[in-house]
Amino acid sequence: MDNPLKKTCLHDLHVGLGAKMSPFAGFDMPIQYSGIIDEHNAVRHAVGVFDVSHMGEIFVSGPDAESFVNYVFTNDIRPMVPGQILYGMMLYHDGGTVDDLLVYKEFEPQHYLLVVNASNVDKDYAWLREQSEAFDVRLDDQSEAWGQIAVQGPGAETAVKDLLGFPEAANIAFYNFLDLERDGVRVILSRTGYTGEDGFEIYAAPDFIRACWQKLMDGGVKPCGLGCRDTLRFEAGLPLYGDELTADISPVMAGLGMFCKLDKPEFIGKSALEEQKSLGVARKLVGIELEDKAVPRNGYPVELEDGFEVGVVTTGYHSISLEKSLCFALVDSAYAALGTPLWVRVRKRSFPGIVVKKRFYQTKYKK
Amino acid sequence: MSKIAEGLLYSESHEWVRVDGNVAIIGVSDFAQAEMGDITYVEMPDVDDEVSAGEDFGALESVKTSSELVAPVSGRVVARNDELEDKPELINEDAYEAWIIKVEMSDKSELDKLMNAAAYTNIAG
Repeated sequence: MDNPLKKTCLHDLHVGLGAKMSPFAGFDMPIQYSGIIDEHNAVRHAVGVFDVSHMGEIFVSGPDAESFVNYVFTNDIRPMVPGQILYGMMLYHDGGTVDDLLVYKEFEPQHYLLVVNASNVDKDYAWLREQSEAFDVRLDDQSEAWGQIAVQGPGAETAVKDLLGFPEAANIAFYNFLDLERDGVRVILSRTGYTGEDGFEIYAAPDFIRACWQKLMDGGVKPCGLGCRDTLRFEAGLPLYGDELTADISPVMAGLGMFCKLDKPEFIGKSALEEQKSLGVARKLVGIELEDKAVPRNGYPVELEDGFEVGVVTTGYHSISLEKSLCFALVDSAYAALGTPLWVRVRKRSFPGIVVKKRFYQTKYKK
Repeated sequence: MSKIAEGLLYSESHEWVRVDGNVAIIGVSDFAQAEMGDITYVEMPDVDDEVSAGEDFGALESVKTSSELVAPVSGRVVARNDELEDKPELINEDAYEAWIIKVEMSDKSELDKLMNAAAYTNIAG
């Protein structure tokens, strides 16, 4: 399996900007341009733009589209109105996570857009096909046909209105979108993101996305790489598939039960989640704040004072915005309560910490 | 293209050594700091700790990764650069100015295993 790396429609522009490139989810992606700290701070205090063209776009339509999506998705899409977006997961029957995703309810009846993680597009599409046999639906993986950028930060609305010429952006509420046409090109403009700040994600054909990127560069918006995308989402308490959600980590374990509606009709994984909720789960995802500057990393052991291992770090950083060492960790449920003292082993030493809320940073979404 | 300072010795794990009599002044190369990105934390041994050639004596943390510091020579730590505690970014600014520790060498022949600047160019050029 030595496939050549794929390139997004903005690849040559990243290289031209001098970005540090690295493989991610089968794509050659920009990790950073000016530096992770500089880019992170631009998004927190001004505005930055990310190339997220690697994300997957799977369209679902047909007479059974609503009931099918509701059957494979943990959240309840029935109350959705056109132009609305819902976050949730697709699960295996045992409650393990196939992927976490956004469902867009389009303006045409029985039309949905599923935006999935780049690393999971093929797996998700195969999973959806397999589950769809009893449903009258059409599945269409259009991931290759769409470019996508995320404009994020307190200055995002102004940038999208003034630099990209979308005055209607001001009227889009958080987790809503508009389906527009510009110069004959279909544009999906949604008020979403993965940073804990206000922001927009723009989906369109590659040429249109390239033109948008160029306008943002000319307007002084900072190009941001996957490096700070991870530090930003981490501080905002948002999970990354592969670290905080996996085939072995259910949303209940990850503390994402609020996105799983157990009061809706049958969906895949429902009975497993009901069991997990009533019997409890062996491990839970927690946030840990360390007293020291040592940085916990994925895979480092979490221990009690006597060195007994009770868990493992899934993501950790010396937080840029909060200036302290923080991590997410999957720990034995007995040690998951807020305020529990836990130690994280960083190389040869264990550093003391305390269980805190996973949303380390106060998010600033526009409601 | 990273900078390689003349007159220093280099290890394969990208530490540099400036020899001052019996003392080895140790830091990391410009290539290493560029690979790491913004350095946020330097874990250092205490003065009087013993370090052994080929074994780690501390670590660098950047936003994205951790990297162990490997001792190019053996001996006793006689000084450490405490300025790096509050200003780890000094390594990014000038990797050859921001030394990390000074070691009183127990076996100067270990220096023979290190590379000169020209040889190091082959792995970090």
